[in-house]
Amino acid sequence: MSKPKHIEPLLWSLFGAGGMTIAFFMTGIILSLVFFDASTLSYERMHAFFMESWIGRLSIIVALVPSYWGCIHRVYHGMHDLQIHAGNGIKVLCYGFAMVLSIATVVVVI
Amino acid sequence: MTDMIKTNDRTITLEILRYNPESDEAPTFGTFEIPYVEDWSLLDALEYIKDEMDSSLSYRWSCRMAVCGSCGMVINGKPQLGCETFLRSYYPEKMRIEPLANFPIERDLVVDSSDFIKKLESVKPYIIDAVDATKAAPKKKQPEKTSTGVYKQKPAELGLYKQFSMCINCMLCYSACPQMGLNPLFTGPAALALGHRYNLDNRDQGADERTEVIQDKNGVWSCTFVGYCSEVCPKNVDPAAAINQNKAQGAQDWALSFLMPRKGDK
Repeated sequence: MSKPKHIEPLLWSLFGAGGMTIAFFMTGIILSLVFFDASTLSYERMHAFFMESWIGRLSIIVALVPSYWGCIHRVYHGMHDLQIHAGNGIKVLCYGFAMVLSIATVVVVI
Repeated sequence: MTDMIKTNDRTITLEILRYNPESDEAPTFGTFEIPYVEDWSLLDALEYIKDEMDSSLSYRWSCRMAVCGSCGMVINGKPQLGCETFLRSYYPEKMRIEPLANFPIERDLVVDSSDFIKKLESVKPYIIDAVDATKAAPKKKQPEKTSTGVYKQKPAELGLYKQFSMCINCMLCYSACPQMGLNPLFTGPAALALGHRYNLDNRDQGADERTEVIQDKNGVWSCTFVGYCSEVCPKNVDPAAAINQNKAQGAQDWALSFLMPRKGDK
């Protein structure tokens, strides 16, 4: 197969991954709010798991980073559907923002 | 037919977009009040208008049974086939008939489909059996051939592509697709679905020849998965699914192209 000359496949894959993580983690969050009481989900406990254990750090990165790309992809292509034809500048701004946010997340969590 | 019309005095109003490029500056609606006959399709009604009221009315039709794909038009805002749309679904409300959207109007309800034909040809919608011609090694596992030179195909192998092969090229999906209006270079639902149909056929060896068009920016990547194409299809083809399956394949090939950079160059 010849290599496509654009990076849309990459952006679309990240969008797909983002949709997946949003679907799974949102469900997880909603279900935890239904089944666990407030003390189980206290800030201290959550912080201890997500910011101090490796598995917690990894899972919060997996939950957040693809979601940024998924959301920004939807915003960018949604603009196109709404007949706002953003040029390359806006495209770079959109995905650049997702990139900055991704790096910031990784830096903050690790 | 006249007996049937005589026995009832109910009427239905049809507003039809009229355009004659030789005399009109812009398309305008013409209103026709015709007898309401319960078992008339819209195509029957158009025939009545052409025979009895205005012989200059132009529209395409052929089979009258949703097989030929000629009589696609926009009926009350929705792309449909004239032959399987019945007056009784709208009566006593009026019907508004326009030519297919996203195509240049040739005259009245007739659109210029040459751009669609070009796009259709670009995906090579036929079995490419290069192995047979060049005696090269097949790129994918080929099905067994019988002594008479015919390929055997199992029901499951047929099932892979069968729904995509039901397309009648009626262009309703092109009229429905918002991307066609935004980006006229988009290859479009029917052509992409047909390319996919041949890629899925185990007798076909032409997937590589179709990749350039299917995976182009104006190929599957121009689609934002609105899905209206699949909704309006009169033959229950799901072009949106075909396009998304190709996006998944394209994303996989894109990633593999880094791991195996020479794969495509040999």
